[in-house]
Amino acid sequence: MKREIGSGPPVTALENIHLSFGGLRALQDVSVAVQPRERLAIIGPNGAGKSSLFNIISGIYTASSGVVRHKGEERPSRMKPYEVARLGIARTFQNIALFPGMSALDNIMTGRNSLMRRGILSEALQLGWARRQEIEHRRRAEEIIDFLEIPSVRRTPVGELPYGMQKRVELGRALAAEPELLLLDEPMAGMNLEEKEDMCRFILDVNEIQGTTLILVEHDMGVVMDISDRVAVFDYGRKIADAAPDDVRRDQTVIDAYLGTAHEH
Amino acid sequence: MAGKPAANTFPRLLRANAEHLGDRPAYREKEFGIWQTWTWSEVAEEVRHLALGFRSLGLDRGDRFAIIGDNRPHLYWSFTAGQAIGAIPVPCYQDSVAEEIAYVCEHAGVRIAVVEDQEQVDKLIEVRDRLPELRAIVYTDPRGLERYDEVEGLIDLAAVAEAGTGLHGRDPEDYEREVARGRPTDIAAILYTSGTTGRPKGVLLTHTNLIEPARRAVKFDSLTHSDEVLAYLPMAWVGDFVFSIAQCHIAGFCVNCPESPETVLTDLREIGPTYYFAPPRIFENMLTSLMVRMENAALVKRRLFSYFLGVARRVGCDILDGKRVNPLQRLQYAVGNLLIYAPLRDVLGLGRIRVAYTAGEAIGPDVFRFFRSLGINLKQLYGQTEASVYVTIQADAEARADTVGATFPGVEVRIQDQEVQFRGDGVFQGYYRDDDATAKSMTEDGFVRTGDAGYFDEAGHLRIVDRAKDVGALTDGTLFAPKFIENKLKFHPWIREAVAFGHERDMACCMINIDLEAVGDWAERRGIAYSGYTDLARQTEVYELVRGAIREVNADLGEDPALRGSQIRRFLVLHKELDADDGELTRTRKVRRTVIGQNYGELVEALYTGRDSCRVAAEVTFEDGRRGTIEADVQIWDVDEAAPVAAAA
Repeated sequence: MKREIGSGPPVTALENIHLSFGGLRALQDVSVAVQPRERLAIIGPNGAGKSSLFNIISGIYTASSGVVRHKGEERPSRMKPYEVARLGIARTFQNIALFPGMSALDNIMTGRNSLMRRGILSEALQLGWARRQEIEHRRRAEEIIDFLEIPSVRRTPVGELPYGMQKRVELGRALAAEPELLLLDEPMAGMNLEEKEDMCRFILDVNEIQGTTLILVEHDMGVVMDISDRVAVFDYGRKIADAAPDDVRRDQTVIDAYLGTAHEH
Repeated sequence: MAGKPAANTFPRLLRANAEHLGDRPAYREKEFGIWQTWTWSEVAEEVRHLALGFRSLGLDRGDRFAIIGDNRPHLYWSFTAGQAIGAIPVPCYQDSVAEEIAYVCEHAGVRIAVVEDQEQVDKLIEVRDRLPELRAIVYTDPRGLERYDEVEGLIDLAAVAEAGTGLHGRDPEDYEREVARGRPTDIAAILYTSGTTGRPKGVLLTHTNLIEPARRAVKFDSLTHSDEVLAYLPMAWVGDFVFSIAQCHIAGFCVNCPESPETVLTDLREIGPTYYFAPPRIFENMLTSLMVRMENAALVKRRLFSYFLGVARRVGCDILDGKRVNPLQRLQYAVGNLLIYAPLRDVLGLGRIRVAYTAGEAIGPDVFRFFRSLGINLKQLYGQTEASVYVTIQADAEARADTVGATFPGVEVRIQDQEVQFRGDGVFQGYYRDDDATAKSMTEDGFVRTGDAGYFDEAGHLRIVDRAKDVGALTDGTLFAPKFIENKLKFHPWIREAVAFGHERDMACCMINIDLEAVGDWAERRGIAYSGYTDLARQTEVYELVRGAIREVNADLGEDPALRGSQIRRFLVLHKELDADDGELTRTRKVRRTVIGQNYGELVEALYTGRDSCRVAAEVTFEDGRRGTIEADVQIWDVDEAAPVAAAA
């Protein structure tokens, strides 16, 4: 199957963003954009500003200056979570943020929240329309369960699941919102090789089959170089490179800042 | 229903069911968390469309076609659809590596392959250059195959059915004409036996071979269209063919397909089958995990459990067999049933069982009695692919742990030079493209040699001792029956697999695979840290545990004058689990003693040269075909022989 990266306006674009906490400058003059159906990786050492960048895109932080655009339109950098969700942006977190006492299925269903349109009354009375809607949401959740190959843990409280499985459920919840743009914060952290391979496959499928645009922060360079179209490298709050994986690998500034010294053979 | 003499092929049985049981459920599958049902008339229609669709792919009368995947309704229908146009289904074990599938498909010369998903498609693509006759790969699950558009002949089953629908519209009599051309003496399937030695052999079975014994078995246990089964055992295995296709079509009962191999236990509970088959290993695993859970339960529950288990042990089997039991004990059992047995049966998913069978290996007497004492009608049968399963069978009140029952109706069984031999209408037509093997398997007067050594007891029940060719002798002439010893070892909860050596040696020794779940839990409760199987297997405490188990087996052997000399003197715990992917077990999980003897030659020598440890590297094959090695130092321990006066285990 051929995947075409969209040309038109970027799904999300940050232009000359500055972000400071008191005297600490978390982001300095950062511009970065992601095209429809593109896979963009963000890399950089700890404290380079990767998570700050995610928090700007997902509307949690207010930028000190600069412009945030969504599909070409300017939007406020800070937005309420449901407003961000309605823009079609969903994310996963570095430290899993699920409801540990709830089943995998229920956790995924919470991801549908922004898509549910109904009143408390019709819901409580299980009126026909509310019921049909509930059934439709459940069906979507089941499709995700099937896609992520987790039917065996459907009814298991996620707190009891192994870490790799929880990561999968969290991805499921993000997918449940049917996002156009998916932000993945270290999706491979703490996983073994097999779990990483599975996760890569799911991420690629989401992107290639459903056409979801991806931005991922990831430390595993093998994964980053394998699956991304473009890599943006951050260091001390600045973007120091933004290019195809192969070019980034050869970039001397990047090597010095992050990848480590290259040994000539 | 299926009583009509005309219903003598599978497509005709299907037509009869569509007429008489049209609205009854025939197949169910859990999809998206919900059980979806197809009625007999819906199945008949699906099969008709698939049949014409397959033919349009170039599948002709007499052609072979492969079926590979987990138990799925569409794959079951593909069997009948192919048979309807006179083609011969060749199911392959779905967990086979590409090489094994290539062997079967090449040997059978399959024209098309109907497979479940991307995993199987990948295997076929990998070996496709060896299969010049393979024209099309048909898949049921399109997931992940979106990127395969350049693969030639890859087609969605739904598209095949659609083509068939079109053909049926143009000529509505076409399908019936095809079905009418089928003869009961046509080959209905080629089932490759996994075989404990050498390459798999293709067993040719006709419609009559498969239908007639299955019909008698349906009568034997009074199975009806209201029974339910869960289809979870490999489709390539003759048992699944007989239960999930033959008997399902004859009795008209519903076959339920689990959502995925990982959800079988949940699905078992939801369906609550009334007719159930499982190899001994599954009952053993159920019992082990139950006991592990009970060990961790609260004290009150544990006391209650062990008290009522005692009651069940004393009278449960007698009550099930309809024998006289005094009223007080009957009352105790009734209370136990209310508090423990019924909830337990329900948890295990065995709450509605009327008839359950186990076969394929010897079952531990304790395991067997445990399930029967809970009121589950578990019985044994003895069979082979070459017999279309049935050779001997236990009737309801005659279930015993140490026999495999009386001769099955319509079968003749005899013992010749210790070997069990049989004949009847289930007897296969030969091994496909292997006349030598066919000739070797038959006697001149038409009996099939089973290769099993056994005898009939006074009650007319068959007892199987061992594989005839495996029964050997130690150098001092003592009888050595390795499987008999291995089974005794495996009946112990700590031991998952055992391989005994001793033929033409001066003593009996064995290799052990511990049961990771049971021993792991035991270790955890004692604060013994371990990182995985290999690490756990080499702990001194674990060796002590295994030695204790072997001592009990030795005590048992010591009671039998003929086997007293074949007690285990030395043993080791293997550093890796024996695996079918490495060729150490068959796909039905039987130990391949010769392969293991070769793979672990160093260890076998170390057992007999008195060394107390040995360094080994074992090659392992992962599910995706990649290889790796596990290296370890394996300790070898001595076991003392049981004192002449043995204590019961």
